Amino acid sequence: MKLAVCIYEGPYNHEASDSAYNFIKAAIAKGHEIRGIFFYHDGVYNVTRLMEPPQDDRHIANRWSELGATGIDIVVCIAAAKRRGIVDEVLVPNVRISGLGQLTMMAIEAERMVIFGD
Amino acid sequence: MLHTINKSPFQNSALESCLRFTHEGDCVLLMEDGVYGAIPGTAKSDLVASALGRKIQVFALGADLKARALKETIDGVQITDYAGFVDLVVENKVHSWL
Amino acid sequence: MSEESKKKIMFTVRKPPHGTIYVYEGLEVKLIMAAYDADISVVFMDDGVYALKAGQDTKELGIKGFEATYGVLVDYEIQKVFVDRQSMEERGLTEEDLLVIGEDEDTEEPIRPRMVDSAEIAAMMAQQHNILSF
Repeated sequence: MKLAVCIYEGPYNHEASDSAYNFIKAAIAKGHEIRGIFFYHDGVYNVTRLMEPPQDDRHIANRWSELGATGIDIVVCIAAAKRRGIVDEVLVPNVRISGLGQLTMMAIEAERMVIFGD
Repeated sequence: MLHTINKSPFQNSALESCLRFTHEGDCVLLMEDGVYGAIPGTAKSDLVASALGRKIQVFALGADLKARALKETIDGVQITDYAGFVDLVVENKVHSWL
Repeated sequence: MSEESKKKIMFTVRKPPHGTIYVYEGLEVKLIMAAYDADISVVFMDDGVYALKAGQDTKELGIKGFEATYGVLVDYEIQKVFVDRQSMEERGLTEEDLLVIGEDEDTEEPIRPRMVDSAEIAAMMAQQHNILSF
C-alpha cells in the first residue's frame, strides 16, 4: 500500500521523529511503498546537517538522509523552514525543500497518511 | 477507523475525546506517552476498560511500554509492535489525535 | 473532476490558537490545499473550538492574527466547516460566539461554522481518504 508520513516535531525533544522512523522502517520491511515524508512545523529541524549529537546517540538527520538515499521523497515545507532558518545550505543530502503543494499531493495520492507530532 | 493516541490521559484529554468518536470495530493505538492509558489500577483505567466493553479494540505499542517500565496492561489490551502498527494502518483509515 | 471522484481530505483542529503555532500553520495548509482538486472539510473540536471564537485581537502580543483569514474561508471554497457541539458546550460557548467564515452569495447573510454532534463527525471521518490533524 502507498503510505505517506508527516512529522510535526523537531528531533530529540519529542519522540515523534523516532516513532515515525520506526514506523517507516517497519512499513518498508513489509513491502509497502512510502509515497513521501513531509516535515512541517518544528519538524523542519529534523534534517539539518548542523546537528552533532554525541557519538553514542542516534544521528537523526543522517537517518532521514539514508532513507532519502533509497529513493523516498523527503520534503521540508518551505514556509515552515524559512521561518525557522532552515535553508538548502543546511540540509542533509537526499532531502528537498518544497511547498505545501507537495503535502497536498501526498495526501491525495497516498492511500494512508499517518501524522507524528505533539 | 484507527485512532492513534500519543498523550498520557493524565496530561491531556485526547484519549477521552477520541473515545467519544469511536464505534464498535474501531481500533485505538496507544503509543508514546499514550501507553500510560493502558495501565490497570489507575484513575484513568476506566477509559480503556469501557472502550473494550464497547467492542473497540485497544492496542499498546510494546516498545513504548518497555521504555517506560510498564509491564502490566489492562485485560483485553493487545500489545503490538511497529509491524503491527503498519498492519493497523493498512487495515483502517487513520486519525492521529495529536 | 466530478465532485464524486474528488479525494475527501479532512482537517481536524483540536488545539487552541496562539499558545502554539499549530493552528496558524495549519490554516496555511488549508488555504493551499483548497486550490487543489480535493473535497475539503474542516472540523474543530476540543480546544480547537477556541480558534473560532469571534473577536480575537493579537495586537498586544505582536503576533499576526488569523481571524480575518477565517473570515474568507468560504471565498477560498472551504465551505464544509464544522464544530463539535459537545466541545462548545463544555467550554460554555454558543453559536453566537463563533466568528464568520464568509457570507451567502445571494442573501449576503453571514455564514458561521456548523455545529454538529460527535456521531455525525465520526461518520464523516470514516468516509475520508485522509485526515490531517492540526
